[in-house]
Formats: sequence, C-alpha cells, structure tokens
Amino acid sequence: MSNSQPDNQPEVLRFGQALNRALGDAMRADDKVFLMGEDIALAGGPFGVTRKLLDEFGENRVRDYPIAEASMVNLAVGAALGGYKPVVEIMFMDFCTLAMDALVNQAAKAHFMFGEQGPVPLVLRTPHGGGLNAGPQHSQCLEAWFAHIPGLIVVCPSNAADAYGLLRAAINDPNPVVFVENKRLYSAKSDFPADPQPIEIGKARTARAGNDLTIVTYGNTVHLAEQVAKERAEQEIDIEIIDLRSLQPWDESAVLTSLSKTHRLIVLHEATEAFGIGAEIAARMADIGFDELDAPIIRLGAPFMPVPYSVALEAEFGPNADQLNAAIDRLLL
Amino acid sequence: MPASKRSAPTRLLLDLYRTMLRIRRVEERLSALFADGTIPGFIHLSIGQESVPAAITHHLTNSDTVAITHRGHGQALAKGINLDAFLAEMMGRASGICQGRGGSMHIADSSVGMLGANGIVAGGIPIAVGSALAHQLDGEGNIAVPYFGDGAIAEGVFHESLNIASLWNLPCLFVCENNGWGEFSKTDDQFAGNLKKLAATYNMDYQFIDALDVVKLSNLAGRMVKAVRKTSRPAILECKVTRHHGHYEGDPQKYRPEEELNQLGDQDPVSAAYDKLINGGVTAGELTELDQQIQAEIDASVAQAIAADHPQFEQATAGVYA
Ligand SMILES: Cc1ncc(C[n+]2csc(CCOP(=O)(O)OP(=O)(O)O)c2C)c(N)n1
Ligand SMILES: [Mg+2]
Repeated sequence: MSNSQPDNQPEVLRFGQALNRALGDAMRADDKVFLMGEDIALAGGPFGVTRKLLDEFGENRVRDYPIAEASMVNLAVGAALGGYKPVVEIMFMDFCTLAMDALVNQAAKAHFMFGEQGPVPLVLRTPHGGGLNAGPQHSQCLEAWFAHIPGLIVVCPSNAADAYGLLRAAINDPNPVVFVENKRLYSAKSDFPADPQPIEIGKARTARAGNDLTIVTYGNTVHLAEQVAKERAEQEIDIEIIDLRSLQPWDESAVLTSLSKTHRLIVLHEATEAFGIGAEIAARMADIGFDELDAPIIRLGAPFMPVPYSVALEAEFGPNADQLNAAIDRLLL
Repeated sequence: MPASKRSAPTRLLLDLYRTMLRIRRVEERLSALFADGTIPGFIHLSIGQESVPAAITHHLTNSDTVAITHRGHGQALAKGINLDAFLAEMMGRASGICQGRGGSMHIADSSVGMLGANGIVAGGIPIAVGSALAHQLDGEGNIAVPYFGDGAIAEGVFHESLNIASLWNLPCLFVCENNGWGEFSKTDDQFAGNLKKLAATYNMDYQFIDALDVVKLSNLAGRMVKAVRKTSRPAILECKVTRHHGHYEGDPQKYRPEEELNQLGDQDPVSAAYDKLINGGVTAGELTELDQQIQAEIDASVAQAIAADHPQFEQATAGVYA
C-alpha cells in the first residue's frame, strides 16, 4: 500500500497512477483546474487515468463529454480564456485530427494574435503509440505535427516520476500544452519520489550516462534504448541516453553537450521517421554540432506507412532492437 | 409443413433469420477466437443488433453502398462480404479482405458496395453522403446507407452531413443503431436533442422502430429504401437495439445496471425470430439443420484463415500509394 510507505522513501508507481496523482494534486492546489473528456468521469477514463477523481471533485470539475472532439477542445480554449485551466483528454491521439482547428488555429494563436491580451492555459492529454494491433486509426504518434506549430508546447514522458512532474508543470504553464502519453506505458511501474515536484518543461534527462554514442529519444523508446544499451555494455560499448521529455521546446543544449562527449548521435522515436522530431534534432546538431561529429547522425523511427493491424506486419513495423543495434553498429564498427 | 407450401411471410422471416443467425454465430466465434488470442487488437461485437443489417441489406443491391461502424461485423456480413476473406482479415492474414492491414475496425469489400468500416466515430457518415452524391451523379438509382451508433449523433460532422444531404437531395438512408450506450456512457446523458426533431429540422423523413421484430423492421426499411431511391430525398431510420456484450470484448461492463444485463434474453432479435418461425410451422429440426450448416461454413472458414499465410512486410510498405 502506498499509504504505508515510510516518509521520504521512494515508492514504485505505475505511469497511469502517477498521472492520476498529478491531476488530483493539481486540482487540489488550484480550483480553476477542471477535466473534460470522453468517459473520464463515471467510468474513470478509458485507460483509468482519471479513476476516482469524480468522487473527490464532483461533476463540475470532472466532466464526461459527448463524442465531439472539435467542440470539446474549442470549449477548453474558451474556458482557458475565461481564466480556467482545463485539462482535456482525447482518447487516442489519432482523434486529435478532429480537434485540429481548436489546437492549431485557436489555442496556439490566441495569445500572439490578440496582442498578448490573455494566455490559453489548457492541457490536452492524449495517448499515442502502437504495438497493440489496434490498426491504422488507433496507433499513431502525431506529436511532430504539434511541435511544428508555434504557440504549442509538446511533452512526452517516459516514466512515472516524469509523468507526474511534467503534467503538474503543463497544468501550471500559461500556454497550451499537448501532453502525450504512450499507451503501452500506462501500466509500467517505476520509481516515484516521496515529494514529487513539477519538472521544468524543456529540460531533458540523462537516462543513462555513457561515452561512446548518444541516443536521443523520448517516451516508450527510452526503454528500448535502455534495453539495447544494457546489452551492448557487455561488449564494452558505452551508450548515453538522453530522454528529451519535452519536444517543444526541446533541450538543445543537453543534446549538444552529450554529442560533444560521445561525438556520435542516433535519434530514435516510435513516430514516423520522415519529417519527424528526429529530423529537427538531426538538422540542428548537424549545424551547431558539426565540429563535434565523428560520424553521420542516424535517425530511427517508423517507416513511411500507416501502422498496420496484423501481428506479423506490426512486429516488423519497428523501430525495434535489431534496427537500433544495426544503427549502433553502423556508427561504431 | 413442406418448405414449398410456406407462406411468403414465413419465407421472408426464414431468410432474415438465416442472415441474423449467421452473423450471431460468426460473432460468437470471434468472441472465442479473441478470448484465446487468435484475434489480436480489440473487437466490438454486434450480438443483439443483428436484425438491423439483416433487414436493411435485404433491400439493397451490390451497387448500393454502405459505410459501416466499429461495430460493423454484422453490417459487413449482411452486405455480402466473403466469409473466408473476412475471417482471414480478423486474424491479420495475407488473404484477408484488406490484406491484414486493417482488422476488425477497418473491413471493406468494395465488390459488394462496402465503403469501409471506420475506427473514427461518425467518420463513415459524410463519406456515405459523398457516395450518395456519386450515386446521384450516376443517375442509376443507387443509394448510400451510413450506419452509425447513437454516440455518433453528438459529432458535429453528423449534423453537417444531414444538412448537405438535404440541401442537395442526396439518396442517403441514415441508419442509427441506437443501443443506448456510447462506450461506457449512457447516450441520454450525452445528447440533448433527438433524431426525430433533427430530421424535421433538416426536412427529411424519420422513422423509429424497435429492432426486436426483424420482419417489421424489414418492411419499414423496404418502404424507406424505395422512397429514398425514388425521390432522392434523404431519410433517417432509428432502430432501437440492445448490445448484448461489452463495448469491446473483455469489457467488464461495471457501468451497466444489473437489471439491464438480466433482461438481455428478452431483447434478442434472433431468438424472437426463432420463436416466430416455430409458431409459423417451421420445425425445430429444420432450424437446427440450418444452424449446423452455418456452423460448418464457419468452421471451414476459420480453419482456412488460421492456416493462411501472414502478410509480407515489403508488400505492405509498397501499398501506401496507389
Ligand atoms: C472520433 C472518435 N472519438 C472517440 C472514439 C472512441 N470510441 C469508440 S466507439 C465509441 C462509442 C461509440 O458509440 P456509438 O456510436 O453509440 O456506437 P456503439 O459502440 O454503441 O455501437 C467511442 C467513444 C472513436 N473511435 N472515435
Ligand atoms: Mg451506441
């Protein structure tokens, strides 16, 4: 039981539980924070992230929304302009397409376009990612779209502690934040601090220190990188892993610092490789990190195709350990 | 009574019953195949709702088009999708109707007028309206049928679709399978209006029917399909149905009142039709035989799907663009 933990002892928490705790703590700390989403109140959320919050905070602050994403996110913009801090949930990131106008033309623009008359402090939480044979419309990683939009902030945590800290920071932030949760992480357990605090948006975390090669990644592929790095350590290959945590803004200096140490860089993500987050990072590092590079920068992401349904196809969809190992070999052997 | 001497109503009922029973038995098999891990991902079964597609498609040809939902296995089977290719798709095989790329939520068979299933709630509705536009331009008297659930009514695109279908006189029959639930939420808590008033607002015919009686439903659907064909005016048919399983297979349904779950047996169009057939003089033996035929067909289909090859990744990557 979490309650019986002695004070100041770290506990182990599921990713989804950490998000639930962050929402509860944020709502307790600020009565302007409220939640909207499909099946988030009575049913506690399709992935259980909002479980029991209705009981504590009531239906004014934990709202089940009809299946109507476009109005939901636009309502959040309006409520945010009215001084509230809505946290909305889009059940699968794929359905963000239905709320694109709210995010891209409204939330992202209002502060700038209206001459800084008022911020839009909304958070849109949404799960991305495949591996569940959920097919082309329930598996996509679309974060690069949002990172491309001036005015939006995009974060994507990889573990329970970061999930908590980043969600608290996102809710505190005066700007619209797209908060991306990998759906395979919800039940993953990891260490959780006794006194969790907000984590500054835009700051990466060194998930593993190493000297031979840097893997920059975020979300669930942090764990793929860690697993491969552990295996390669047995061959005396010493890999550093930078978990970006924030994608927009991203921690350019942390990546450059690591590159300056290892001189070799792989950017890894589950999202489509072409025109992706990795392209941005690789291009920046090829510019400001040019003198540090001993080898080409390698991007590793999903192939340029929709996420397929069948087990056989999705197993090869990647990125996977074999591909990552091949990239490492290319840089080091 | 010898089969040749049967009344027309009994023959009709037997026909509809066959379609419904086949859907029911396929869904039950899918439930088992999902439970034992043969089918991955997640699937939404239409058990309890079989009468709607059985009755609607009774009046459609292969040139009429349907857009089906995430709960669309019955809608697909009634429209005539090949069972082997359907089951192979559920198992993600190369011989699947979508080459294993789509799965349960994305089955499509254009050869029988299926525009494709949709994982996006309400996503198929405007696509069907566009298909109705194509039918109108072709001028061959074909119609389009978007199926949708009650949860889809809250989506803005549904309202936009009604407007344009009415404005442009498009031959489109909007068919709502109203099971009272959108996932884990009661639709009464989610939608403030009703379809009848919406239909009036958009100046189109509207009919409501309890889908428990498949013959009544079929007669009504027949009249409406005919009217849409003839007048090229859109219409809405709302069918009250009961979802017997969870929202998805594996859904523990904690949100659902026990009373409702206890009454599922009374809300079963397949067993209602069975009783009527027996009362109409069809023998239990004959219906058992029909059931066995269907089960044998499914057995064979499942076996070929399990034995079928898995798709090749290179072939899938090559299939992104036409
Ligand atoms: C745009 C969109 N929003 C949310 C979902 C998640 N979702 C899948 S089915 C469903 C409920 C749909 O209810 P209804 O239309 O009544 O169909 P039923 O499941 O009852 O057949 C929801 C919310 C989705 N697939 N697409
Ligand atoms: Mg429904």
